[in-house]
Amino acid sequence: MTDYRQKYQMTPVIGWLLRDRGGMILLSILIAASILIPVGNLIVPEGSALHVPTWMMSLLGKYLCYALLALSVDLIWGFCGILSLGHGAFFALGGYAMGMYLMRQIGDRGVYGNPELPDFMVFLNWTELPWYWFGFDMFWFAIVMAMFVPGLLAFVFGFLAFRSRVTGVYLSIITQAMTYALLLAFFRNDMGFGGNNGLTDFKDLLGFSLQSDSTRASLFVASAVMLGICYILARCITNSRLGKVLIAIRDAESRVRFTGYRVEYYKLFVFTVSAVMAGIAGSLYVPQVGIINPGEFAPALSIEIVIWVAVGGRGTLYGAVLGAFIVNYAKTFFTGVMPEFWLFFLGGLFIAVTLLLPKGVIGAVPAFGSPDRQSVLAGLRKRISNGRANQGGKA
Amino acid sequence: MSEAAEIKIEQAERKEARANTILYVDGVSVTFDGFRALNSLSFYVEPGELRAIIGPNGAGKTTMMDIITGKTRPDTGDVLFRSDVDLTKLDEAEIANLGIGRKFQKPTVFESHTVFDNLLLACSGGRGVFQALFHRLGNAEKLRIEQTLETIMLVDKRDETAANLSHGQKQWLEIGMLLMQEPELLLVDEPVAGMTDSETEQTAKLLRSIAIDRSVVVVEHDMEFVRDLDCKVTVLHEGSVLAEGRLDHVQKDPRVIEVYLGR
Repeated sequence: MTDYRQKYQMTPVIGWLLRDRGGMILLSILIAASILIPVGNLIVPEGSALHVPTWMMSLLGKYLCYALLALSVDLIWGFCGILSLGHGAFFALGGYAMGMYLMRQIGDRGVYGNPELPDFMVFLNWTELPWYWFGFDMFWFAIVMAMFVPGLLAFVFGFLAFRSRVTGVYLSIITQAMTYALLLAFFRNDMGFGGNNGLTDFKDLLGFSLQSDSTRASLFVASAVMLGICYILARCITNSRLGKVLIAIRDAESRVRFTGYRVEYYKLFVFTVSAVMAGIAGSLYVPQVGIINPGEFAPALSIEIVIWVAVGGRGTLYGAVLGAFIVNYAKTFFTGVMPEFWLFFLGGLFIAVTLLLPKGVIGAVPAFGSPDRQSVLAGLRKRISNGRANQGGKA
Repeated sequence: MSEAAEIKIEQAERKEARANTILYVDGVSVTFDGFRALNSLSFYVEPGELRAIIGPNGAGKTTMMDIITGKTRPDTGDVLFRSDVDLTKLDEAEIANLGIGRKFQKPTVFESHTVFDNLLLACSGGRGVFQALFHRLGNAEKLRIEQTLETIMLVDKRDETAANLSHGQKQWLEIGMLLMQEPELLLVDEPVAGMTDSETEQTAKLLRSIAIDRSVVVVEHDMEFVRDLDCKVTVLHEGSVLAEGRLDHVQKDPRVIEVYLGR
């Protein structure tokens, strides 16, 4: 360890990455997937066993967006103890920003053929574009907004919450309230975001048809690359001294305050970064699924994200990615085969992970377990005896 | 002498008393839901002094610490640091950065960090978010951390996770973290609770050596330990000072015997 530190004194980031085994595996998989899957889809002929069907590529692209969303939640929950149950809101806002761009791209190809106004506005007898729709005909503007709007909301929300020292369950509850409030707001037609139908019927992105395989492959690659970049960014944050402060806040917040750190600023920083990542995930998600509606703000969805992270392994970053893939694959499978069992399975999974795998699936793999490695059963035993000790000891 | 002149002299005396203090607490009262935790508490600590504060449960020792470190605001009274900084207007982080370190009653360290990282985080220096993001470990910092590890007798636990330390070692680590902050004044709340006899003795030695170049206020129950500290003692009772002086002297005070030692 010391060798690495000295060797990479000039480029500490590379040193961290090389030592981060899980991260190296994740990045390798992402690079391999962003080459092989588009090749398998576009170049390998359809009859071949190696051909990747477009639906599968799009599905995997969707999972990649979920993985990025899970990563953003792990960054705040796993490393700073901020349990946000409203991260779907940032995801959806990023998605709406991209959806607005895609709506403007439709131009006069809509049902009503209005070159300025999206169909739903014509339907509502609106005569001109609301002010907040201006600029969304430009791709760069939409991308900036997909990051800026979630970031701003997180900044303002976080500023108020962290300054007032709202923590723990109370913070989780108000994040739920936030996403629920947005859900209700976006349902209203007057908001100008298409009411409960949301935004859909997208045609093309930067002039490329969204239906074509090459566009879908590009979106898949963009999602994989973005996940890789955000992973490295998040890893840089968690490995810095700032990351150590975040973990310290998670473990003993008051100690950090008495050590002279402004806890609220640290939380605000990481919460905002996380919201921006969630926004990016949303903006990549929408062109791949072809629709964004207020359903994305549903509180239950935000809770599901937390389950992905818990299943994969909280506080590892790559665990969150793995969890997002496992749970979403299971969801795709169950909702296809026996949809009525999906929620039971999800609940059961969460209970099983909490009891048996407190460090998630990643924690059960010995090579990735923390220094105080322990088997599943030993972990369970320890938890039970801890529980007894806590009951016996004084508060 | 006229009354006005008397008041003037009294004010001048108070000012003089204030002038040479590191911590000046005067007439501090605080009430929680009708319960008077502190009742016009006054005492002061001189620079470089080691002071023990004793008192029965509920005497207001921890509340006093809370007020000095900005966790609780007093209803009335003055709390001055270095005779001119008003601590009642500052928050925890500001007070910590001024140079007041606090050790909690229950050892509070960053359990999932190594001993080394615990000290690193406490290391005096930039506390800003972006400073922390781009911080690189310097040799000077490394050296200071190594020195502190020696002081707190944890050199061989350097890379151990703090969660794996014994109770006594955690207490020392926390004291070490305070030292890394380079405080002028250290507030230490029951440092030897739950320690073995030899650990207690070592802790007394550690605190005495720390008090050579900074002021230390120790709140404690353990009389043996207070005797080991060999310093001036302040006895609190029902939120105000009951007696002050050397331990032998205080122990002879009938009121002290009545409320505390006699039982």
